[in-house]
Amino acid sequence: MTAKTLYDKLWDEHLVQDFGNGVCLLYIDRHLVHEVTSPQAFEGLRLAGREPWRRGASLAVPDHNVPTRARAVIADPVARKQLQALEQNVKAARIPYFELSDERQGIVHVIGPEQGACLPGMTIVCGDSHTTTNGALAALAMGIGTSEVEHVLATQTLVAKKMKNMQVRVSNRLAPGITAKDLILHIIGRIGTAGGVGYAIEFCGEGVSALSMEGRMTLCNMAIEAGARSGLVAVDEQTIDYVKGRPFAPTGDSWTQAVDAWQDLRSDPDAAFDRTEEIDAAAVAPCVTWGTSPEMVASIHEQVPDPAQEADPVRRAGMSSALSYMGLQAGMPISAIRPDKIFIGSCTNSRIEDLRAAAQVVTGKRLAGNIKQALVVPGSGLVKRQAEAEGLDSIFLNAGFEWREPGCSMCLGMNDDRLEGGERSASTSNRNFEGRQGAGGRTHLVSPAMAAAAGIAGHFIDVREYLCAADAGNAN
Amino acid sequence: MQAFTTLNGLVAPLDRSNVDTDAIIPKQFLKSIHRTGFGPNLFDSWRYLDTGEPEQDCRGRPLRQDFVLNLPRYQGAQILLARDNFGCGSSREHAVWALYEYGFRCVIAPSYGDIFATNAGKNGLLTIVLDLAQVEQLFREVEQTKGYRLQVNLRAQTVAAPTGQVFGFEIEAALKERLLLGQDDIGMTLERRDLIRAYEQRRLQERPWLFPDLT
Repeated sequence: MTAKTLYDKLWDEHLVQDFGNGVCLLYIDRHLVHEVTSPQAFEGLRLAGREPWRRGASLAVPDHNVPTRARAVIADPVARKQLQALEQNVKAARIPYFELSDERQGIVHVIGPEQGACLPGMTIVCGDSHTTTNGALAALAMGIGTSEVEHVLATQTLVAKKMKNMQVRVSNRLAPGITAKDLILHIIGRIGTAGGVGYAIEFCGEGVSALSMEGRMTLCNMAIEAGARSGLVAVDEQTIDYVKGRPFAPTGDSWTQAVDAWQDLRSDPDAAFDRTEEIDAAAVAPCVTWGTSPEMVASIHEQVPDPAQEADPVRRAGMSSALSYMGLQAGMPISAIRPDKIFIGSCTNSRIEDLRAAAQVVTGKRLAGNIKQALVVPGSGLVKRQAEAEGLDSIFLNAGFEWREPGCSMCLGMNDDRLEGGERSASTSNRNFEGRQGAGGRTHLVSPAMAAAAGIAGHFIDVREYLCAADAGNAN
Repeated sequence: MQAFTTLNGLVAPLDRSNVDTDAIIPKQFLKSIHRTGFGPNLFDSWRYLDTGEPEQDCRGRPLRQDFVLNLPRYQGAQILLARDNFGCGSSREHAVWALYEYGFRCVIAPSYGDIFATNAGKNGLLTIVLDLAQVEQLFREVEQTKGYRLQVNLRAQTVAAPTGQVFGFEIEAALKERLLLGQDDIGMTLERRDLIRAYEQRRLQERPWLFPDLT
């Protein structure tokens, strides 16, 4: 038998039919549904007189345009209509649904793993590119478009073309204070936003094994920002421990059988990859993006780069246009950039460990005077409850942050949490595209601890300066 | 979806790489529950001087005169010439709906975001990959020649320039067939319902934990 990668194994296990022309029919185990990319799919089903193939395989939740405060009434009439459409559609189709008032409601990619609805070895799809997050569970997780959402609802399958295999091997461990977010920004800076186009990326090596499950989710979440439709991490003890006991996880004999089968969810030692990238985790510093693409990233100790130094004319033009949009000058220190707003949240960084990391920096401090607003938006109602049980909400509130209800919030600004024209954010989200967080808004992507530190200092700063101070304080 | 066979179309050049789907159709328009109505908001923040809102009448909104699609010479363009990684980012199919409704039937670029390219194929929008040098040459010719048109022949897999030069392109056989016929693949998949049922039965035996009922 030929050696297989983890991706090959997941693909082969889910093959219903190979059409022989590079295209296959792939079975989908789990389909996550939210309000923005599903209404047209349900309409398509209705128009064709089709029923969902397997109702219990889907899980629906509102997240993209929900308000993060005062949510009894949705003030925005257009958003309200879309949220009502989701509710009507899933109720008519009898698809499992966490409504807005349910404590389990949250960002679709946070609640899937949290509930054990997403399991190792599954194929998982959602009409959202950050479905890659779920690959941290050694699942084949892919973002799909609305036509494909309709296809999955109607057939429980996807017509798909197999991607190529890429391995990102991370040697050594991240230094204290450096997180999975810094690692993935560093990786994207190295391979570029188009570097993973056409590939599924498996992240492996000591630097990945040493990450917590939540850190692995952050890593896989942004695989799409490197252009890859899927990110993957192999199963290990941490994966199994994470899944055990979750509401929809198997129990009893079924659990034992599952754990046994999951042991195979790793690439064979001699499996061949189409491409391998080597990354040294020990060389990763806290990262801050300076431009309008996630690949436009620097370490906190660097300067905003100078387009004049770039030889490639298309890249040079892209850099100039980004600096002009971002209102930055070439050569200025990254640490001199002063954000107006802080956003801690999104499917990238809204889990409990993210909130703990930010709270650790903020404890006993106050937001700097230039910060107009600082939001903490937990990824789910359950993350929120856990954080409150640990007293994190008070830490944030005492420091001047706002403590909100779960949702996608300022990551994409579909609700009223957004940047105004010209405003600058330190954001733990995943995209710094022009206008992403609000028309004319300027986004700098960072880790939760770095966002918190920027809020306290009023400018970007190496978070380790605070952490060292805190350690010294504790020692005293 | 409508079939794509041949196209003789005016070309508009969008000279920047990594054009993301947020730029193609900004988030405020994603609140719509329909498949139509996105054309007037294609590239909304590059195209207009003000910030667009959903369900707004766009006629009369102030235009950015220097944005390429607002230049008189590119009115009626059906082919968009773009750079690397066009359509990266969000999975929003609204980006394809917006391009199509605006009038584009074909995009030519060195590479695309994977999800965008898949979405395009489901809606009859042909995404052609040409290599960097060929795309560079087309950018030069488009900018130098008013009324520059290209002839696309999907069956022959060719793009013909006014100079007579012909570029071949690759396309997956299955996608080509579907585009030529304008076929919906749900119907085709449902013809295989027995195969899907058989797969489910087998997996239910081998991997029962994959079938928890979440209801």
